[in-house]
Amino acid sequence: MTLDTLSASKPAITLSRASPGRLRGYARPLLGLVLPISLALGWEIIVGLGLSNGRLVPPPSRIFTTLLDLARSGELLRHVTATLTRVLAGFAVGVVAGTVLGAISGYWGLARRLLDPTVQALRAIPSLAWVPLFILWLGIFETSKVALIAVGVFFPVYLGVMGAILSVDRKIVEVGRAFRLSGPAMIRRILLPAVLPAFVVALRVGLGLGWMFVVAAELMGASEGLGYLLVDGQQLGKPAQIFAAIVVFAILGKITDWLIVIAAAPLLRWQDAFTGQGGAA
Amino acid sequence: MLVLDALGKTYPNGVHALERFSARINLGEIVAIIGGSGCGKSTLLRAIAGLDRASSGTVTLDDIAISAPHAKIGIIFQEPRLLPWLSVADNIGFGLSEQPTEERRAKIARTLAKLGLADKSDAWPRELSGGQAQRVAIARALVPRPEVLLLDEPFSALDAFTRRDLQDHLLDLWADARPTLVLVTHDVDEAVVLADRVLVMRPRPGRLFEEIRINLGRPRDRNSPLFDNFKRRVLTALDRSLDRNVPEAEPKFNAGEAMWW
Repeated sequence: MTLDTLSASKPAITLSRASPGRLRGYARPLLGLVLPISLALGWEIIVGLGLSNGRLVPPPSRIFTTLLDLARSGELLRHVTATLTRVLAGFAVGVVAGTVLGAISGYWGLARRLLDPTVQALRAIPSLAWVPLFILWLGIFETSKVALIAVGVFFPVYLGVMGAILSVDRKIVEVGRAFRLSGPAMIRRILLPAVLPAFVVALRVGLGLGWMFVVAAELMGASEGLGYLLVDGQQLGKPAQIFAAIVVFAILGKITDWLIVIAAAPLLRWQDAFTGQGGAA
Repeated sequence: MLVLDALGKTYPNGVHALERFSARINLGEIVAIIGGSGCGKSTLLRAIAGLDRASSGTVTLDDIAISAPHAKIGIIFQEPRLLPWLSVADNIGFGLSEQPTEERRAKIARTLAKLGLADKSDAWPRELSGGQAQRVAIARALVPRPEVLLLDEPFSALDAFTRRDLQDHLLDLWADARPTLVLVTHDVDEAVVLADRVLVMRPRPGRLFEEIRINLGRPRDRNSPLFDNFKRRVLTALDRSLDRNVPEAEPKFNAGEAMWW
């Protein structure tokens, strides 16, 4: 009998020991969701029970309904397209300008001494201070908005590219010299791959700022765009619409950031091998 | 033949690193350059490699003046300096980019097999041990078949056991095409194991102090009395180069004490 209970209880013990360990492995990222989800659920219940009317802080279901309505009427698509176009245009301009000037400053000492102090001085200006000037120069429509976003994207990209080039390991460059690489070959085979990880980080920071500035640009005056939804929601007292726009911003920001990471991943595999777990020998 | 004629180097900050250094090194010869710190041995090697220009004097290889890196001269540094974004195979093939892919691949595969690293072909440099990485670096420099291979303290960062391994390994690879090797080291043992000739340098400013020919066949037995004898001669010369008074007879050094200064 004792033998029986022993053999019967043994698997039970190992199972109960293994499962929390395994759960912990899977559940760790999910752990972060516990707080926001229970807050949202709690608020939903409180409003549902009539303990609060939820007029200023709408419950999740109301935000979701608003979102659904906007999507159904085609409004959401129109606003998302407008905002996304602005961000992408501004991001493209900012990245090209930041990369070109950053590369010149990083590669060529004379250009750095000429250019960098001015860029750094401009960087010290809060970017929103440009808004009135941009509106005067470029009008109140798309161009001034794209310009503002481009300014926001430019600085982190410029700094990232220049810093990355300056910090390329001199010893590795010397390997290139010892193998008699020409100027273009040195750039292609040594500098570009060495700079790439920092460049990806710079792009991600730049994109984040791009999203920040598109809100600023659209708050200043726009007839469409997610920023317009924010303003509209404020003026007409529709907090659910504001929350809906915020949720869309969060989703779009995360997705675009993720796209950069995915696109760069195959080029940065060599880095994963070293940041990843353990690694061989 | 590699001819160094009255090489001198004064750095912009006024440090006089090298003074009138001359040597003639035959094709296929292995020469070790040894000396106390600050004797200009690395400066000398970088001048031969064409990485730094000498302030005076000339380096000529087969009557070609060397003032910039040259296809016939390869160099191995103290650190492996592998490119972290290239696989082991691509690192080895780094100097072969002008050759057709097929030929290149065959050479890389042959080299990997010889290194005993065939299974690491697709590994990243990060995944290699220090000894393996330096092996790959040696292969990278040797695969384009240079006429002269320069080595700047190539094994000094490795543990004693791996170092011996790699010294033997280097001789193995050398035996294939027999390039000229010029090796800078501060390890007496290493100099005597590898070199046909040991050039002892004297510091501040760096100049040639003494030349010792190692008349030993290969492979060399590190434990033979003859080997010890050569080691003692190099050590004595080193001591005199640093103006240390050491009795000529029977200085007491242990085998492992290569870096006693």
